[in-house]
Amino acid sequence: MTTPPLKTLVCLKRVVDTETRVRVAPDGREIDLAGVQFIIAPYDEMAVERALQLREAAGDGRVTVLTVGPEAATKELRSALAMGADDALHLVCDGRLDAAQTAALIAEAVRDRDLDLVLCGKQATDDDDAAVGPLLAAHLGWPCVAFAHALDVEGRTAVVRRELDGESEVLEVALPAVVTAQKGLAEPRYPGLKGIMAAKKKPLESRRAEPPAARTERVALALPPARGALRTVEPTAEGLRGLLTALRDEKKVL
Amino acid sequence: MAQFEAPDFFEIDLLLSEEERLVRDTVRAWVGERYLPLVERAYREGYFPAQVIPELAELGVLGGNLDYGDFPRFGSVAYGLVLQELERGDSGLRSFVSVQGSLVMYPIWRYGTPAQKDRWLPALHAGRAVGCFGLTEPDHGSDPGGMQTRAVKDGEGYVLNGAKMWITNGTVADVAVVWAKLDGEIRGFLVEKGTPGFSAPEQRGKHSLRASVTSELIFQDVRLPADALLPDARGLGGPLACLNQARAGIAWGVVGAAMACYDEVRRYGLTRRQFGRPLASFQLYQAKLVDMLAEITKAQLLNLRLGRLKDEGRATPPQVSLAKRNACAMALEVARTARDMLGANGVADEYQTMRHMCNLESVKTYEGTHDIHTLILGRHITGIDAFGAAP
Ligand SMILES: Cc1cc2nc3c(=O)[nH]c(=O)nc-3n(C[C@H](O)[C@H](O)[C@H](O)COP(=O)(O)OP(=O)(O)OC[C@H]3O[C@@H](n4cnc5c(N)ncnc54)[C@H](O)[C@@H]3O)c2cc1C
Repeated sequence: MTTPPLKTLVCLKRVVDTETRVRVAPDGREIDLAGVQFIIAPYDEMAVERALQLREAAGDGRVTVLTVGPEAATKELRSALAMGADDALHLVCDGRLDAAQTAALIAEAVRDRDLDLVLCGKQATDDDDAAVGPLLAAHLGWPCVAFAHALDVEGRTAVVRRELDGESEVLEVALPAVVTAQKGLAEPRYPGLKGIMAAKKKPLESRRAEPPAARTERVALALPPARGALRTVEPTAEGLRGLLTALRDEKKVL
Repeated sequence: MAQFEAPDFFEIDLLLSEEERLVRDTVRAWVGERYLPLVERAYREGYFPAQVIPELAELGVLGGNLDYGDFPRFGSVAYGLVLQELERGDSGLRSFVSVQGSLVMYPIWRYGTPAQKDRWLPALHAGRAVGCFGLTEPDHGSDPGGMQTRAVKDGEGYVLNGAKMWITNGTVADVAVVWAKLDGEIRGFLVEKGTPGFSAPEQRGKHSLRASVTSELIFQDVRLPADALLPDARGLGGPLACLNQARAGIAWGVVGAAMACYDEVRRYGLTRRQFGRPLASFQLYQAKLVDMLAEITKAQLLNLRLGRLKDEGRATPPQVSLAKRNACAMALEVARTARDMLGANGVADEYQTMRHMCNLESVKTYEGTHDIHTLILGRHITGIDAFGAAP
């Protein structure tokens, strides 16, 4: 397969590190951000990696990264530039947006750009909407394949593999298209210090964006109920019998 | 393992550039994902996990601060943060990188000919070659000026005789930077692996820095070509300038080890219960955590200042001595206290604290022991040399 040079846009979101133990802020609607670490949402990072791999395979092309988010999200854009993206566009916007608002802002910003491919993560790990990619495709009037496990490009066609429940599907889709990344698409590289040093010289355009009015409103946010106490089972016949009894009678899973 | 939560009590993060934070976060993630899964076994069995060398090269940390070729050229604070994060993994990992960068690449870069630089710097940066730094001898540690290794002129080249000891990376090194007296003056030589008469047996049996290679270097009538000499290093100042680089890195590094111990024991105190309550609910336990955090925070700030001074070209050797001395003593104290607070678990290798504690004994000793730095600072303060012969 010969990969053609592509103009790819990758949408990425700044999210709270997935390993952070989150706390709810006093208002009961937002996450308490004090002392929290942020990262590129993991599926978005896989999308960045695959875009870079395709560019490397083609030996040419351009990878632009875009984020909608607060001022501080330049860090995540720089991080993608450090991985190897060519340029970045930051739509600066404070506060929480829903997927429809985000998709509308991105569509407006990229509508007139000459692009072959837009990649997103299948979902951001904070809101878990899994909607921005498909909504963006609808705005642009492009086809969309979500949850891509593998992505290659041949001529003007993207070949996408998806893992369904028990089977594996291969789709061909005409470019330009939107594809969203599922785990397995690519293993993100570490940026490397050379990349980090080079990133500060790469173009990063930043502009304020006014989102359309929200049509959803978050009214409450709570942590899941604490898990029950941990019980240990002795590795003996008696211990296992106790475990089976508990699974059958208490948990009713057997 | 639960994710590492780095203490940053005075929001020093806000004093770092975006780039510096990115460098730090990248190396932190790499250590957690790629190095920590290897280190316990390497430590137990006593080897350096060499499979990380290409990855370190890929990250660009091997001498990548030097102004040469297409190296990344990051500043002193970024470099310090790299070493801090590496030593959060293990002092052996940080030692590998410090030796390669500050003690091998730096002298070649600073004192070498263009041909020597072109021969070695790209290979060492790319991890295709490993280097070591031979200064210490069996009979001359704190007093390297008394070294007995000797080079004599032999036609165009030199003949080297003597022995070095406690040399990190010695056995695995492709090139050794060896300090020897030529006509009574200390000079630096590049000795390649496989040169007849040169051997580098490993020193086994360490209780410390077990995930790092330490070796003797033995030179028996080793014939060196003329271009083995580093032309621009003369006298003890040559190796000392290298040590000055590496010592600054150690000051940063050991803070990473201390942070690892603090993070581990803080978590432990919250979950381990005695007398019906978490250990962390006892005042004595809390007081120890408070002392650790206070000392770590002070050392973090000192390092940041040292790094900025270095980038302004203003850091002095006594300042570096103070930072190295303070940070090592602090980190060792934190590790010892944390070891104690873990109880019996503190001696098990399921916990990393005792590994750090044992490592830090070496780190406190090498590159100038605590007391040697005391003497350096004492001389600086009083103008009186208290090292050896009576004033
Ligand atoms: C794991 C490890 C790795 C090492 N790697 C390297 C390396 O890569 N390259 C290299 O060249 N060296 C290396 N070293 C050697 C290290 O730098 C020396 O061990 C160190 O300089 C101390 O020297 P010494 O061991 O001979 O101790 P000594 O100099 O014998 O000191 C013993 C004790 O006496 C004290 N002392 C010495 N002189 C005085 C004085 N005048 N007044 C008061 N007290 C004094 C010291 O503080 C110390 O407590 C390494 C050491 C270790 C443990």
